[in-house]
Amino acid sequence: MTNSPTSTALSFEEVPGSKKSDPILTVDNLRRSFGGLVAVDVEHLEIQRGVITALIGPNGAGKTTFFNLLTNFDQPDTGTVLFDNEDVTGRPSHTLARLGMIRTFQLTKVMSKMTVIDNMKLGATGQAGESMWKGLIRPLWRDQESTIEKRADELLERFKLDHMRNEFAGTMSGGQRKLLEMSRALMADPKVVMLDEPMAGVNPVLTQSLLEHVKSLRDEGISVVFVEHDMDVVRDISDWVVVMAEGSVIAEGPHESIGANQAVIDAYLGTHHDSALDFEDGADLLNDGNTQ
Amino acid sequence: MFATDLASIFSDALTQAFGPEAVVFAIAAIGLNIHFGYTGLLNFGQVGFMLMGAYGLGIGIAIWDQNWFVSIFIGVIFSLGLALILGFPTLRLRADYLAIVTIAAAEIVRLIARSKPMRGITRGAEGLNEWAGPFQDMTPWQNSTYDIGPMTYTKMQVFVVVFGWTLVALLVVFVYLLMSSPWGRVLKAIREDEDAARALGKNAYWYKMQSLMIGGVIGGFAGMLQVIGKGTVQPDTFVPQITFFAWTVLILGGAARVFSPVVGAIIFWFLLTIAEGLLRLLVETDWLPTSILNATDIGDFRFMFMGLALMLLMIFRPQGIFGDRAEMALDDK
Repeated sequence: MTNSPTSTALSFEEVPGSKKSDPILTVDNLRRSFGGLVAVDVEHLEIQRGVITALIGPNGAGKTTFFNLLTNFDQPDTGTVLFDNEDVTGRPSHTLARLGMIRTFQLTKVMSKMTVIDNMKLGATGQAGESMWKGLIRPLWRDQESTIEKRADELLERFKLDHMRNEFAGTMSGGQRKLLEMSRALMADPKVVMLDEPMAGVNPVLTQSLLEHVKSLRDEGISVVFVEHDMDVVRDISDWVVVMAEGSVIAEGPHESIGANQAVIDAYLGTHHDSALDFEDGADLLNDGNTQ
Repeated sequence: MFATDLASIFSDALTQAFGPEAVVFAIAAIGLNIHFGYTGLLNFGQVGFMLMGAYGLGIGIAIWDQNWFVSIFIGVIFSLGLALILGFPTLRLRADYLAIVTIAAAEIVRLIARSKPMRGITRGAEGLNEWAGPFQDMTPWQNSTYDIGPMTYTKMQVFVVVFGWTLVALLVVFVYLLMSSPWGRVLKAIREDEDAARALGKNAYWYKMQSLMIGGVIGGFAGMLQVIGKGTVQPDTFVPQITFFAWTVLILGGAARVFSPVVGAIIFWFLLTIAEGLLRLLVETDWLPTSILNATDIGDFRFMFMGLALMLLMIFRPQGIFGDRAEMALDDK
């Protein structure tokens, strides 16, 4: 695409929680703690529609928890989530998926004992035959089924998985599973695809092809949010980068400027890198704990 | 002499293999197959659903004076009710919780049914007797015994066998249609990975509930058929052992295959009966001295053969008779 949305998407203010022109996801005061540990505490975050947003941060920054909160696989203590200008806080995961928010998982989840094509067909939403009584009567869903199958075959071809069509998904390699999960997500015609570490454990060659596929999603108008902790991976494809550390969003911006951001460097390398250790922060934490 | 004994043992085994017990277990295992084989629900209380079906039918006729159709409907409602009560709190939790709850619930409903305060409707430990008479007179088979090939049945057994296997055939078609539909595909997806199914927009909780209800009602039918054959509803025939027999039947055939409960039940009762017959023959002809095996112990001893058969199956054909070993091996990945 020549008029890639990248060129316009870059003009937002580069501060955490900055305003976007057309947000698909808006998060306010989202907080989740596990006992005394605050895993996620995001005051405000907007994610622009139609672009690739990378959510990066060191291990333990709360990226996956944040993902789980957005998709309601985990429930926040407080906070609201707007999806496509609709308040979806607390909606069950499957209704969010039907609204067009499809996620993948860090540990790839394919249905091992189902064939690749069945995995794909499962991705389609709004299937008449998925109701029990209609399922019993084949004529009620046969036409829809063949439409779905056709679409599934097209996607399998695009992701170069068509030779695996009738194999059990459990026989696929790790990289193929990532591809299957991504193409299955597309079966639902999603508005936003949320990929949790799509490149984890994938060899460099396949990473390249995965990145190309992610770009092609954006070019189709699908918003992409993906989690990654490796900064190099996001350089190629992200239009916008959101950096999390210790549960909060600490920086936002296009990847060119993110790399130079002091807060990000501190988060990745540690605040006390190259300087004498002092325990001021730790002492504060301890005091907080004592007063409560 | 010996040859005729063997022939009669064989025809006894066949009689049992297609007999009323086998058909009841085939139906119970069809329900269990929907739960475990297709949805991955660990139901260790299938006998509880059988009890609910049986009592629904018995209470409907004997206590509430309803006709057969209404009473069968009451049995269905009872089994559905148990499914809802069990499913509502546990299906949101991990699979293990359902296992714990079902095994306990099956015992709880039995103990409630036989308890004194319930005598008004369940007749307590005595059970519901003498309600099946008019029904037995209604069947078209009024001779005292019937021979079907090498098999011999009494008139009520004939009814249960004919009606039961017809029901089995219908249920097999029903399960086949369901499981080859997109609905069945969602069930299998939930069995494989519930979170992934939810992430794809499937209401896993509701699908599991539907599965529990359908399998439960089929279990209820098994219970109804059992008490129609016996002509009495006895609380103590619904012991946990029944559930494990149904599991054995299912595992013999191989889970998640349409025909496996049917063939599993036939093989189960065939093996059980032939083991008993052969042991009895060995004892009676003094091949086995009574110091090793007493005639009265044979009934228990035959289960050791069933256990041995299961062990051999698990070693040499862990996928069951109909299962696919390649598919089974995917578990290890």
